[in-house]
Amino acid sequence: MSDWKNDVEIMVHEGKISVPYSWTVGSTLSRFYCELRDNGKIWANRCPKCGTTFVPPKIKCINCYEEPHDWVELPGTGTVETYTVVRYEEPSMHPRKAPFVYGVIKMDGADTGMVHFIDEVAPEDVKVGMRVEAVLEDEREGNILDIKHFRPIG
Amino acid sequence: MGKRVGIIGVGQTHHAAKRLDASGTELIAEAVSRALDDAQLTIKDIDAIVVGNMDHFENINYVDMWAVDGLGACMKPVFKVTTGGTTGTTVGACGYYHVASGLFDVVMAVGWEKNSESDTQAAISTCANPTLERDPFAGAIGPLATEYSMYMKAFGATEEDAAMVAARDRNNALRNPYAHSRQEVTVEDVLNSPMLSYPIKFLDMCPRSDGSCAVIFACEEKAKKLCPRPAWVHASVVRHDYTHFGDLEWKFMPTLERASAAAYKLAGITNPLKEFDVAELYLPASTCGVKWMDSLWFCEHGGAPALIRKGTFEMDGELPINPSGGVISTNPIGATALIRIGEGAWQIMGRAGERQVEGAKKALCTGFGGCSWSDVMILGADLP
Ligand SMILES: [Zn+2]
Repeated sequence: MSDWKNDVEIMVHEGKISVPYSWTVGSTLSRFYCELRDNGKIWANRCPKCGTTFVPPKIKCINCYEEPHDWVELPGTGTVETYTVVRYEEPSMHPRKAPFVYGVIKMDGADTGMVHFIDEVAPEDVKVGMRVEAVLEDEREGNILDIKHFRPIG
Repeated sequence: MGKRVGIIGVGQTHHAAKRLDASGTELIAEAVSRALDDAQLTIKDIDAIVVGNMDHFENINYVDMWAVDGLGACMKPVFKVTTGGTTGTTVGACGYYHVASGLFDVVMAVGWEKNSESDTQAAISTCANPTLERDPFAGAIGPLATEYSMYMKAFGATEEDAAMVAARDRNNALRNPYAHSRQEVTVEDVLNSPMLSYPIKFLDMCPRSDGSCAVIFACEEKAKKLCPRPAWVHASVVRHDYTHFGDLEWKFMPTLERASAAAYKLAGITNPLKEFDVAELYLPASTCGVKWMDSLWFCEHGGAPALIRKGTFEMDGELPINPSGGVISTNPIGATALIRIGEGAWQIMGRAGERQVEGAKKALCTGFGGCSWSDVMILGADLP
């Protein structure tokens, strides 16, 4: 290393640009969120060609690129396909404090899984294959957290 | 030398300042569906997809993942590329490279941007070196303003020359149903619009738009079978430079000079002004529509103002430039340069509607980005 590098004061610059973002939800997901907010219903959409039913709804069928324009109301129940217990804190990312459970719930009436929290059950009692139902917030704003979490049925 | 490649389908959204009805993925789906319809193909016919945008405009990484339903990319090879303003021509070049390599028969290039989701100027400033030039020189307008100031001083170009380019492109947009900004303007309107950064005024400068474009490239055998009049790719050339803003040559545009010279050589073009029938050029400001004409070898250095004043590049002139209305009428940044390729292809295919240049056989398309990068693609009705 050159001699001058031993003596130089190393600088670090702080960024000043802070960009505010907003995301257009789009026609397909807006319909999903409006049904959830206004009527407390979970809707899926189905491909008219191959019959695959998507929840959350898709813009195009991933199998055939058809517009899945058949809309179907789901009962809000499902089965836990897989899950984990989160035990670390990440306040900027997680809307709830650890420990909590999230996983993939295969919704009745749909062919796809939905990711969400599983609660009202001790983490050690959550099981794959467990039957669950959606619990909605009382005050809903039209986003994915209008579904508070899923809880065991019965 | 790669294999012969033809463009067989183009689709684009109806661009707007804000497309409240459509998410980014829905914009992509709109362009992709229209390109498939234009080529009379289904998604099954597409062997690979190249997609691009600039992540910092939407603060969403991995469009190649979360927009798979809109792209129709499920279980297909999909590649994301991003090179700033040139992103659109880069996805176009990558689509072309894929097919020219002989490894893929039909490849779709998709560019998109939803500029309404953020502060475009703040986001674009992140392209500049953060520990040196971001504070004193960043932003889209200032560097273009300073280059034209220098050109005016060197060659006697005027603000009015730029205003003529702005009026030309903006009035051309009236014939393009997809254009974002469609307003009839006079040279006086442009000169009287608010000053942004001398000598660039409001109507000299591009807007920011929501939009998407998709272009389908096919190998020779498929293109001949699937399309009555493909737009054959005669050349695709990319040139980048930049170490620091202060190192750039401001009087000329070296990357555009070098890229176009290399592309003309590949395509056998010796007199570009005579041999091209139409050009769709990435001109982010009307001032570039003056200065950069020198760098496309239409004239000697400093010769552009005389050509502009003669109406050389008007719709009824020797070489119509930007029949679509160009970038100052429509600017969904990741799609902007791909729209140049798509519009150029439609001109060759005879599908440009009211903005068609009759009998166009050879089209020049460019992309501009970074500071100051240039992409050039030459399209022709004849086999290369
Ligand atoms: Zn389907």
